[in-house]
Amino acid sequence: MYWQKQFECMRREDLEQLQLERLQATLYRLGTHVPFYRRKLREAKVDYEAITSLEALRSLPFTTKEDLHGNYPYGLFAVPLRDVVRIHSSSGNAGMTTVVGYSKNDIKNWSDLVARILRSAGVTALDVVQIAYDYGIFTGGLGLHYGAERLGASVIPISSGNIKRQIRIMRDFKTTALICTPSHALKLADVMMDTGVNSSELSLKYGVFGAEPWSETMRREIADRLGIIATDNYGLSEVMGPGIAGECRECNGLHINEDHFLVEVLDTATLEPVPPGEVGELVITTLTKEAFPVIRYRTRDLTRLLPGACPCGRTLARMSRILGRSDDMLIIRGVNIFPAQIQAVLADIDGTEPSYLIVVDRENHEDKLTVMVEVTEALFSDQIRKQWALAASIQERLVTDLGIQVQVKLVEEKTLERIDSKGRKVIDNRTF
Amino acid sequence: MLKIRNLEAGYGKLRVLKNVSMHVSGGEIVAIIGANGAGKTTLLATIAGLIRASSGEIHFLGEDISKLAAAKIPGRGCVMVPEGRQVFASMTVADNLILGGHALSRQHKKDLSRLLDHQYELFPILRERRSQLAGTLSGGEQQMLAMGRALMSKPSLVMMDEPSTGLAPLIVRDIFQIIVRLRAEGNTVLLVEQNAKAALAIADRGYVLETGKVIIQAPAEDLLANKDVQRAYLGREKLEE
Repeated sequence: MYWQKQFECMRREDLEQLQLERLQATLYRLGTHVPFYRRKLREAKVDYEAITSLEALRSLPFTTKEDLHGNYPYGLFAVPLRDVVRIHSSSGNAGMTTVVGYSKNDIKNWSDLVARILRSAGVTALDVVQIAYDYGIFTGGLGLHYGAERLGASVIPISSGNIKRQIRIMRDFKTTALICTPSHALKLADVMMDTGVNSSELSLKYGVFGAEPWSETMRREIADRLGIIATDNYGLSEVMGPGIAGECRECNGLHINEDHFLVEVLDTATLEPVPPGEVGELVITTLTKEAFPVIRYRTRDLTRLLPGACPCGRTLARMSRILGRSDDMLIIRGVNIFPAQIQAVLADIDGTEPSYLIVVDRENHEDKLTVMVEVTEALFSDQIRKQWALAASIQERLVTDLGIQVQVKLVEEKTLERIDSKGRKVIDNRTF
Repeated sequence: MLKIRNLEAGYGKLRVLKNVSMHVSGGEIVAIIGANGAGKTTLLATIAGLIRASSGEIHFLGEDISKLAAAKIPGRGCVMVPEGRQVFASMTVADNLILGGHALSRQHKKDLSRLLDHQYELFPILRERRSQLAGTLSGGEQQMLAMGRALMSKPSLVMMDEPSTGLAPLIVRDIFQIIVRLRAEGNTVLLVEQNAKAALAIADRGYVLETGKVIIQAPAEDLLANKDVQRAYLGREKLEE
């Protein structure tokens, strides 16, 4: 039922004491070890030593993704690199990449927090856990892998790719817990149907899903088609990765691991706290991270805190599933993509800045990203072969920079304004 | 059991403790480690009421004891084993122990002989030496006597200030094993130690003090694995080249 009951079911009063102690120590370490934060606190005229309550956190400046970019690669690390045992990173063009590091203790805590989430979703040491996240520089695969091993489960690091093989292994190895994006789970269900594999041939009991937006409709569909309990979990690499919050089997919101993360939900316009229970941007302060602590990191994810106690007994606060973004980031197959990354690639091509339109669709439970690029005079060629080569080279650059498959379509000038008169740069046709 | 928030204390104008927040739960051994002058002893002395806090809260079993006179605090169940033992040299071992029981409530006073027996069981050497003057004991024996004396009042929390000071490594090991046994018997211990390695080896959690501030609080095993702590307090760093 619980992994670390003493923390998951802590009395609020004790939790707040622990949070304050950890917050004060974190601020001290940041203020003394990280020149960027020292400068930032000085500029904001905040004496971090004067933070004597959790509420006083609000006097501290925010940390943004731009701050992470600006200190690329190691500028925000709070320990020397020799104390760092793992480095993860987001994809992206130079200047848009974020790099995060973990100490030995960070990895241990991370594993425990992911183990909590898996345990609360129903997974135990007796389960066979198949992890179909991409293993690599993203935090999803390794993050969940370490947590599942910490829990003592038998872990199959299937990673992504070759869906038929994934299904065969799931059946033959008697996988009981599936960990992936919710759309991947539906994709698996589709391919099972196509290849005549019935869910009754599987041993699946639990599905622990995250890394992209989804909905109650999708939850029901996944649960029905795979015959499992489907739970949601949340994380982002800038703060740690998976393990920040996750649903228990009540499926009524994600318990936040508040003994390690202090959360605020703020009005995106005023950056003041929203009234209890209302939607705002999630802002997170890490309380135990050694190598890469952040204060008041603006996640840009929209959520709301849910009132009331959970029947599961956990006293940790709950948040709703992610309801959207307060910026233009797109999550395509679990990968975070910013339109600006695409714009930067296009601007690089022969120094022109062609108009473009990003179109996202979901076909057969798979996200498809299409970039339509207007061919200006500078780019135009009457040789079709040259045009193909141009499209191919744009595509190659985008695939390299974004880390996902992209379709590139060259279109004639003035086409885009006909498609979308409002001049939007992104059309997201997906429904969740 | 003990909950401290934003404690500030010092000597005259010298601010030694800066915004210290910490807690001790029942049944734990909590270690406070740090260099000389980091504020460890000042922290214990402030909890014990020997130094007045200039601001902040000290809640012990739900009561704010930050304004209580030092003499009242042991009666609340919070006793200190001071650095350098400070046993009464010209009294016998048995009398030292009995003196420790003076803070017992009347109904517990009748338990005195049973409590005395329990200390002798914990520290067999004290039984052997019970008629000897405390001043004739070795350093390690005096440390045991000081601990036994503190335990005679059936305290809820035992605070120990540098119990390893001036003791041979083998004796230190004995003393620390007794502290572990105290926890097993349901006692709660707040341990201030320069010998960070020995203290963290037996503690559940630890706080690292640096110039009067808590720079990290974590489970003891995490502190042992923390490279900053290793470099500063454990006198080693495994660098595999």
